[in-house]
Amino acid sequence: MEDLFKGKLVRLAGIDPEEVSKSFAQWNRDSEYMRLLDSDPPRLQSTKAIKEWLEKELEKATDMYWFAIRALEDDRLLGDVTLSVINWGSREAFAGIGIGAREFWGQGYGTDAMQVILRYGFIELNLRRISLNVFEFNQRALHSYEKAGFRLEGRQRQFIQREGRRWDILFMGILREEWMDNYGYNISDG
Amino acid sequence: MLAIQTPLFEAQDIRLGPIDHEKDPEVESKWTHDCEFMRLMELKLIRPQVPAMVKKGYEALEKEIEEAKNLFYFTIRAREDDRLLGKAVLEWIDWSNGNGYLRLGIGSGTDRGKGLGAQALGLLLRFAFAELNLFRVTIVIPEYCQAAIALVNKFGFLEEVRRRKAILRDDRVWDLIIFGLLRTEWVDESALRLRSSSPLNFAQGE
Repeated sequence: MEDLFKGKLVRLAGIDPEEVSKSFAQWNRDSEYMRLLDSDPPRLQSTKAIKEWLEKELEKATDMYWFAIRALEDDRLLGDVTLSVINWGSREAFAGIGIGAREFWGQGYGTDAMQVILRYGFIELNLRRISLNVFEFNQRALHSYEKAGFRLEGRQRQFIQREGRRWDILFMGILREEWMDNYGYNISDG
Repeated sequence: MLAIQTPLFEAQDIRLGPIDHEKDPEVESKWTHDCEFMRLMELKLIRPQVPAMVKKGYEALEKEIEEAKNLFYFTIRAREDDRLLGKAVLEWIDWSNGNGYLRLGIGSGTDRGKGLGAQALGLLLRFAFAELNLFRVTIVIPEYCQAAIALVNKFGFLEEVRRRKAILRDDRVWDLIIFGLLRTEWVDESALRLRSSSPLNFAQGE
């Protein structure tokens, strides 16, 4: 059996609130990163507040599959990735990813992590489709998602306001059958 | 009449009102036993609820409204006798970007198809744009809700996103469609009425 948690550049690991809160508190101080990550205005939370939030979220989030992204090379913590199942009847989940360590941007680490979590979603969670959204101004992410096999499904017009202008938010999706075609799998969904 | 006096909660046959914790749970419990209504109203897996459970739901909802401050919940009631007809919600309001999601439903099959939902939608859009100052309103509708799609099209909403095959129900798949309306595209019917009926014409002075 293949290792579902391992990619070519990264592996997915459990979240240790003690360790991850320290990294989040650092990464959050990078305003560009925060603006790519979320449409909410950024807050600079303390390590302690983030740790408590993480512990609470991890405990209650039964339909959220949340992983740390670690470099295979030296096991360094690079970011985090989530799959939030929004409907078990339709078996759809939303993916979210952040590479907080800036020196790893644009080198395929995020794409690799996304490919690992897609495989986990389709093989382990038996999902039918995986969705995500991305801001118009995050072209790097858009290209990474296209590379992973996501297709553009539309745009919510002028959804976000930053620096005196409005930007669209793009919706992307990948269906189980598209993923199987792309990655050479043939697994019935039961 | 000044624009500020335009009633926010009154339409021709319906009005928006608060929850009535005594009377409404009985009525809404009946709706939750109607799978057609539930599948039109809810994307999540449906389940029937006894009145006590509905009541608990109202309490949880009011707690959420108090704490999160990004949710407006109205009941839709008949003007005639204040009977509960449905519910109308503006939720997930994102204040810094001026976005909100809208959801409404008329509970009983016998009250549907009479234009009551359209009256409620008109009020809710006016509330979103003229009171909350939102920049855009989003509505998410499954492909099989044809009446709802026709209604939002009539109000000028544009189809923006199609989440392909996002819903699996009755052994077939349906798209989930996201519609959007910007403040600049919204037609304020009551302002048009106000202008055409006004005896004063400020442009021409005294």
